Amino acid sequence: MSGRDAIFATIRKSLRVTGDDSLRRESVAARLEKHPRGIVPARGQKPEAERTELFRQMVENAKASIVILDSKDDVPAAVAAYLRSKNLPQSIRHGDDERLSLIPWAKERTLEVTKGASDGAQLASVSYSFAGVAESGTLVMLSGADNPTTLNFLPDHHLVVVDERDIAGDYETIWDRLRERLGAKAMPRVVNWITGPSRSGDIEQTHLLGAHGPRSLHVLVVRNS
Amino acid sequence: MSQPVNSPHFNANARKALDDAFLQKALARSEKGFIERRKAAVEKLPEYDALRDSARDLKDHILAHLDLYLEAYEKNVIASGGHVHWAANADEANEIILSICKRLDAKKVAKGKSMISEETGLNAYLEENGIRPIETDLGEYIIQLRGETPSHLIAPALHVTKEQIEADFRRAHVDLPPERNLDEPTSLLAEARAMLREKFLAADVGITGANFLIAETGSSVIVTNEGNGDLSQTLAKAHIVISSIEKVVPTREDAGTFLRLLARTASGLDLSVYTTFSTGARREGDPDGPLEYHVVLLDNGRSNMLGGKFQEMLRCIRCGACMNHCPVFHAVGGHAYGWVYPGPMGAVLTPSLVGVEKGGQLPNASTFCGRCEEVCPVRIPLPKLMRNWREREFERHLQPAAARYGLGVWAAFAKRPAVYRAATSLAMKMLRLFGGKGRLRRLPLASGWTEYRDFPAPEGETFQSLWKKRGAAR
Amino acid sequence: MSDQVPAAKKPLRVGLFATCLVDLIRPRIGFAAAKLLKDAGCTVEVPQQTCCGQPAFNSGDRKTARELAAQVIEAFEGYDYVVLPSGSCAGQVSLHYPELFDGNAAWSPRAKALAAKTFELTVFLSDILKVTPRARFEGSVTYHDSCSGLRELGIAAQPRKLLANVEGLDLIEMKDPHVCCGFGGTFCVKYPDVSNKIVGKKTENIAASGAETLLAGDLGCLMNMAGKLSREGRDVKVRHVAEVLADMGDAPAIGEPER
Repeated sequence: MSGRDAIFATIRKSLRVTGDDSLRRESVAARLEKHPRGIVPARGQKPEAERTELFRQMVENAKASIVILDSKDDVPAAVAAYLRSKNLPQSIRHGDDERLSLIPWAKERTLEVTKGASDGAQLASVSYSFAGVAESGTLVMLSGADNPTTLNFLPDHHLVVVDERDIAGDYETIWDRLRERLGAKAMPRVVNWITGPSRSGDIEQTHLLGAHGPRSLHVLVVRNS
Repeated sequence: MSQPVNSPHFNANARKALDDAFLQKALARSEKGFIERRKAAVEKLPEYDALRDSARDLKDHILAHLDLYLEAYEKNVIASGGHVHWAANADEANEIILSICKRLDAKKVAKGKSMISEETGLNAYLEENGIRPIETDLGEYIIQLRGETPSHLIAPALHVTKEQIEADFRRAHVDLPPERNLDEPTSLLAEARAMLREKFLAADVGITGANFLIAETGSSVIVTNEGNGDLSQTLAKAHIVISSIEKVVPTREDAGTFLRLLARTASGLDLSVYTTFSTGARREGDPDGPLEYHVVLLDNGRSNMLGGKFQEMLRCIRCGACMNHCPVFHAVGGHAYGWVYPGPMGAVLTPSLVGVEKGGQLPNASTFCGRCEEVCPVRIPLPKLMRNWREREFERHLQPAAARYGLGVWAAFAKRPAVYRAATSLAMKMLRLFGGKGRLRRLPLASGWTEYRDFPAPEGETFQSLWKKRGAAR
Repeated sequence: MSDQVPAAKKPLRVGLFATCLVDLIRPRIGFAAAKLLKDAGCTVEVPQQTCCGQPAFNSGDRKTARELAAQVIEAFEGYDYVVLPSGSCAGQVSLHYPELFDGNAAWSPRAKALAAKTFELTVFLSDILKVTPRARFEGSVTYHDSCSGLRELGIAAQPRKLLANVEGLDLIEMKDPHVCCGFGGTFCVKYPDVSNKIVGKKTENIAASGAETLLAGDLGCLMNMAGKLSREGRDVKVRHVAEVLADMGDAPAIGEPER
């Protein structure tokens, strides 16, 4: 008997069930099909303006920084200002996301923009987030050429643009949007929920930023135009 | 191969732990932070208790349908281009992982934190077979340098002080200039970051655990604050997930229920910094990510726990809150428990997985204060489950003869009230004679008590005989 | 559980279950409990009794636990209420007796009926009889919440509310009053080193509170803490909360010689 068969046999013996009980099968199929929502905290259930404000607070609680911009056209200046404030070279790397290509980077003449994944040599990256979650100040990143996963983790400083209209109150809303975009059960290779910059408490329970991932996380919210 | 069991020596381990000044300092330092951070996070979420109830009910539903959710999970992993491997025990899991590494000609493995791999003794097994696993979680890295095992579920190096870490780094990082200052946690972190960055970039295979497996999509979920699990799995040629079978949850929404509890209970964050849902290998057009994605599903005795007296233990989501609130853990730390899982959850799980003959000490080493159950995010009745183990031991005559005999004598009297009254009246009078100063500094048969405490002397007569005597006066 | 006092004019008949530790070691706690109940208008009786069976239950000996439980049920089921000066033994009767007889057609209803009318002393006074005993006690006290009472029965506010009415008494909370003292029944003799470490932290907190007297509702915990305080040479008096509430706070404290 293979390991698989042995495990299933013991599970069914212990539970005193068989694999072909239609009631059990229906119950499982229904849950997978309907994916009912559990308890969703009231905290995030707010009209848009208040939701954005909650998102801002929660991002800051998570020890990231955040600016709210009136338009996409303001992104280059905000990125340049952030790099300057951190005493970093005016250089960023980002993926193929069309929304990033539409940003008028040329407005910042000294800003060097390269495209592609990270090999660990870049100090700062810019990603475009699929969504934000106000409940916990979380950014939702999807893997792929648009926003390579390595850009989320290897550079020392991660800058993330999110459209205000994409900030939801809760995680459940994001899953539904993803189902709409990709199909009922499909997922990108990786979905990264990012809540603040990397940290560790492993040395004497002292909480320090910048463990393995980015030392700082900067969020740029673009208001609806 | 699996991790050797040192649990039968709990008492000796505990004594050693109590005499270890470094450990006692480390334990005293961490106790308050865990408790306060959890409390603050929980108080900010009014739905917290309702979430606990629903998480408990959801886990019970999952466990009752575990076979079917595992089938659905397997189907969806395969559909998304991943591979599923089933391991009935530790040896099988290790062999599966080794064979994947060998096929890929892998020499270096970057490892995210995984208690399941501690259970199987994976690191030692890979090393014996010429493969170098590097733990990348900072705490795990520190204890790997020290040749130790984790002493806590989420803070594996809880027992180590920063001075000890500095000494370990100076010993292991041979290129480190002696004049480099490593006095502060920040400088230690910077050193570890630089050192491990090279390891991530050089790794052939990345191995991580899983906090949850999602049946709906075939995804594995890990949570970390450091990002080490992400670097381990993103940069290598293959990502191998090692997980136990009870980690499966039905849907993404259901994972959310547990995620809302996990970080708050464990570390006081609303959410861990990185929550990562991984589904299959690198896709067409992806510029990064592993080329292969494997999941190794370990049973190792869990399927036997279903449907029985210990099924509730399989609800555990490994947050560590039970040990963070345990007076025994606070006194002796995690290593005294002698196997992979410490604290109250370990006291129930260890005998389930290694047998009560080896793990039976642990469920006895509890005051039953109940604080573990009070803080458990999935409401596992830990004291009740520990008592179940004591019953198993009693039935099988596994308890020490002296304890059994003492209890038996007591029970024999207690079951005969008239004899009891006569005997205890006499005994208390005698004890009183020796305790004229109000307390006894030494007491035969109770040296465990009087080694450390005085024994308050009885008043002399029993309440029942006095009550009878004074009956007329009432 | 019912919290209604029966409307009958007849005084309530209360069976006092002193607990074996009180019976053997410190009878005055039993008398204190009896006085408090009588002052509140109850008739108090002490039927022949031994042990509630908790040590057997927690040691995994269900059979003995069940036999002792049956003995207690037979002795006490005739009373209107059963009151114990111990949260841990009250928890054994009101939570674990029904569990012990689960599925037993003859005994389960009897166990449940007894469980429903069994109360820890301060809960009975405060929540059921709704009385506030009058007493005087000059000095500062600190109160330790024993684990079973606190976590199984939710006892925390009741003893403090009753103590607040004691004239001259000043309650100072210690750090972590709700953390275990390390007694744990047979735990303290099976794992003496660990137990000692835990009680050592407790006595440090007690001493740091500056209170002159330590009170609690369970004699096991009290003996553990009193024994440690005495061994450490700390000058803190230790008493059961009932002694103070019954205005019997001038007798020798636990571990003190008779005068």
